[in-house]
Amino acid sequence: MKLTHLIPLLTLTTAVYAAPQAFDFKDPKGVNNAVFKLDAPLESINGSANGITGSVSFDAENPGATTGKITVTAASLTVPNPMMNGHLHSDKWLDATKFPEITFEAKSLANVKTEGNVTTAEVTGKFSLHGVTNEITAPIKLTYLKDKLADRVPNMKGDLLVIRANFKINREEFDINKGQYTDKVSTTIDLSLSIAGAAVAK
Amino acid sequence: MKRTLQILALVVALGGVITWAATGANRAWTKTSVPVKTLDEVTGIEGITYKKQFLPGVDFLGAAFGGAALLAGASFFFRKPKTNQPTNK
Repeated sequence: MKLTHLIPLLTLTTAVYAAPQAFDFKDPKGVNNAVFKLDAPLESINGSANGITGSVSFDAENPGATTGKITVTAASLTVPNPMMNGHLHSDKWLDATKFPEITFEAKSLANVKTEGNVTTAEVTGKFSLHGVTNEITAPIKLTYLKDKLADRVPNMKGDLLVIRANFKINREEFDINKGQYTDKVSTTIDLSLSIAGAAVAK
Repeated sequence: MKRTLQILALVVALGGVITWAATGANRAWTKTSVPVKTLDEVTGIEGITYKKQFLPGVDFLGAAFGGAALLAGASFFFRKPKTNQPTNK
């Protein structure tokens, strides 16, 4: 077999076994956010966090193999009321000094469905908050935007991966005021993650 | 002094109500910042930033009424100024 015959074969092999891309979720635009909501008697407590970093390994040919870890800085959680903000970060609630990071480490995806560039699935992984780690499963939506990095960050070529996930956690399962203030703040916390990561073309 | 404290109490109560009503009559807790959403056209993500803005809530209204009640209450510790009664000779 001539060398010229080998080149297309090598190209095909590389395409079939394309390595998954590593997407970096440190957002230069600062729009990545995690929104949280807790019910309370007078008004629901709504806040957000934008101190998000992390890396996700994604293969457009095999989205079901997606894994990764997303970290949210506890100090970046913000609510519009200054007193509530102080309570939120204090040792009575999140204890942001002692537990500065909230993390989710995706281990596996199930019920994976892909249509075009959008994949929906149920992600299972380890969620760490307030020094406690629990396994959770949540619906997730992955949108792969090939060659769209340049549209967002000029002079940079590559792909984007948008991740959206909505899930509920129980604060008592993370040892946050277990059995306390249940009449003032709900134990269920609604979380909504909207983040975009970039894989720079090499 | 009694009259001054009573007028001050009225000013504090009315000032509180007017400020609260003028800023949107927020029936929730007082806020010192409000979320502003911006859409990222490429990813479709709504980014959230906070703009500094004082938005008085029901706790502000309560504090205004509390302050007014204190001032009005303090006015009772002062006697009415004596007026000279005309005498019939």
